[in-house]
Amino acid sequence: MRQTARLTVERRDSSGGLKLESFDVPFEPGQSVLDGLRWIRVHADPTLAFRYSCLNANACKECMMEVDGEVAYACLSRLEPREMRLAPLHNKPLVRDLVTEIAPPTERLAGKRK
Amino acid sequence: MTERRHLQTDVLVIGSGGAGMSAAIAAADGGARVLLADRSLIGRAGATVMAMMTVAVAVGEETPDDWRFHYRDTLTAGRGLCDPRLARLLCEEGPDCIRQLDAWGVGWARKDGRIAQAHAPGHDRPRCVYVDFLNTGPAVSKTLRTALHKRERVRRIGDLMILDLVRAGSAPDAPVTGAVALDVTTGAAVTIAAKVSIIATGGLTRLYARNSASGNMGGDGYAIALRAGAKLIDMEFVQFFPIGHLAPRMIGMDPIMWDPFRYKLGGRLLNGNMEEFTGRYGTKEDGKYVITRDTATYAILQEVAAGRGSPHGGAYLSFMHIPAEQLQAAFGPVIERLAANGIDLNRQPVEVAPIAHYHMGGIAVDEWMATGVPQLLAAGEAVGGANGANRLSGNAITEALVFGRRAGRTALQLLDCDAAFNAPDAAAGLAMLEAAGPSARDINPAALVFELQSLMWRDVGPFRTEAGLTDALERIGELEERMGDRPVGVPAAFDLARLDWLDLRNMLLVARAVAAAALARTESRGAHQRDDYAGLSQDWTRNQIVSLEHGKPVITQGPLIPAQEAAA
Repeated sequence: MRQTARLTVERRDSSGGLKLESFDVPFEPGQSVLDGLRWIRVHADPTLAFRYSCLNANACKECMMEVDGEVAYACLSRLEPREMRLAPLHNKPLVRDLVTEIAPPTERLAGKRK
Repeated sequence: MTERRHLQTDVLVIGSGGAGMSAAIAAADGGARVLLADRSLIGRAGATVMAMMTVAVAVGEETPDDWRFHYRDTLTAGRGLCDPRLARLLCEEGPDCIRQLDAWGVGWARKDGRIAQAHAPGHDRPRCVYVDFLNTGPAVSKTLRTALHKRERVRRIGDLMILDLVRAGSAPDAPVTGAVALDVTTGAAVTIAAKVSIIATGGLTRLYARNSASGNMGGDGYAIALRAGAKLIDMEFVQFFPIGHLAPRMIGMDPIMWDPFRYKLGGRLLNGNMEEFTGRYGTKEDGKYVITRDTATYAILQEVAAGRGSPHGGAYLSFMHIPAEQLQAAFGPVIERLAANGIDLNRQPVEVAPIAHYHMGGIAVDEWMATGVPQLLAAGEAVGGANGANRLSGNAITEALVFGRRAGRTALQLLDCDAAFNAPDAAAGLAMLEAAGPSARDINPAALVFELQSLMWRDVGPFRTEAGLTDALERIGELEERMGDRPVGVPAAFDLARLDWLDLRNMLLVARAVAAAALARTESRGAHQRDDYAGLSQDWTRNQIVSLEHGKPVITQGPLIPAQEAAA
């Protein structure tokens, strides 16, 4: 039988309440958590929000989040055939789902000017 | 809904890769106020940061060299289609840009105090500078970011996606006066008044299922340029990097990582029967890495088609003949990163296969980076023409740096412009950004993007036929129907589904341009290989130009180009 990885994502509803959503992702050895998240967007929920640019190359450093309670890059975290819990960085302002405001304030539209 | 904001600047630079950052620096150093916008984070996304490899430049540190030799090699690689003005600019000003980065502390690898230069395929001598280990792109990006931070005239804004340029009215020669943009973090529309705009958004590799560049390079700059009245050139020439990593799957490594090690060590390319095979396609390797990208891509895919591929449908790349100590010295810390992925190069080959890597085509410009649309410039990979039908290894970063700087300097000459940004000219763009559309549950734009990537890979990829290209154009039309004319959902913070819809709008337009140009070119040349028209046709030594008419790309053929021989 094909193995699956279950990604349980901390999301917030419009009033800010915590809601956990789980997605079952077909598992293949050698995948990253980012691969799993990208699979979810195509096959299950296109609204699931997370940052990434460079596709597993460890170059853009945008996909930082909490994986099983530890701060990690989704592209460097191995997907495993079990439940994995994903949450946004808790020490950064939340934008949506797994996206937080990680740019320096001087590089944001709403941020302060130098 | 969040309030609509309005920004003002002298020069708007769209995209913060190597070209965009270089343009911003040059414009600011000439006294202009610059707004550097990126749809992602500043200096992180795009292709520059991912360039693990080398930068071609005739600095003559390893062996005596001259830009004219580099120019000759560039023209030869381009298979007769290079724009000599752009190729010359790249080669002639490359050394200056590379030395500037050196002065800013980029850390080019050195041997005995001199900058080390590797000998990459297609070059007549060692010419390619790099930063060890696999760190060229990140080092270049970081150095440019640091230089930017010191320039107070540059305002940097990430998470700002440019939807469309704004022109003063609808006359054919109406100047560009700014842009309409999406503040990704809130979903709100933003208007930008700019005296000059520079498109530096990179290429279109995201159109393909297997690609080596960042996920946000969906050709948006080409689409924006077309809709603003600019022309595109050579859109059929998509470079496939022959030895993109295929298997075993690994994380934390760029799929194009193998190339520099091939330069240093001469890794062997083998088919599924563990035989060398490139000799069948005209380039025997004999332990040296000399095969050009278009030939290698062709050779690997022909072996796969003949049933001689590796298990995952590519070729083997083997370093097993290299002594362990030599491997360790060349790969450095990369050996441990490979070990973490369960790969031991002493004991096993890896599998590689072609992967969409770079776009030779792009926005048509002159040697000042002017698009022909008043007040609109372009730079970097977004520009077409410098590399003709096939790009020489190492020319991409050089092009980004040189063309970026040139565009920034040209912008300074254009600041004295009467045309002003008028809100009514931005109405169409604002209406699109603020429209309410169907639910993303009904139209899943991420799935439509995936469908487009799959069909582009299959029918508009390294091998093309009339039947496949015709079919691709039909299915692109079906995707256009299915996506509708309003973005999904309503404006909201970091709405990736809505962002995918806006991207798909651009990607489909660009995909149509690539497929239509590929269908029209009834020959095989460089990166454009037609199964039904083998070989190069002298009558096709001409560029194809794409313009937009009634919302659809229209292809026209340029004049016959005389034989290109650089006086060396």
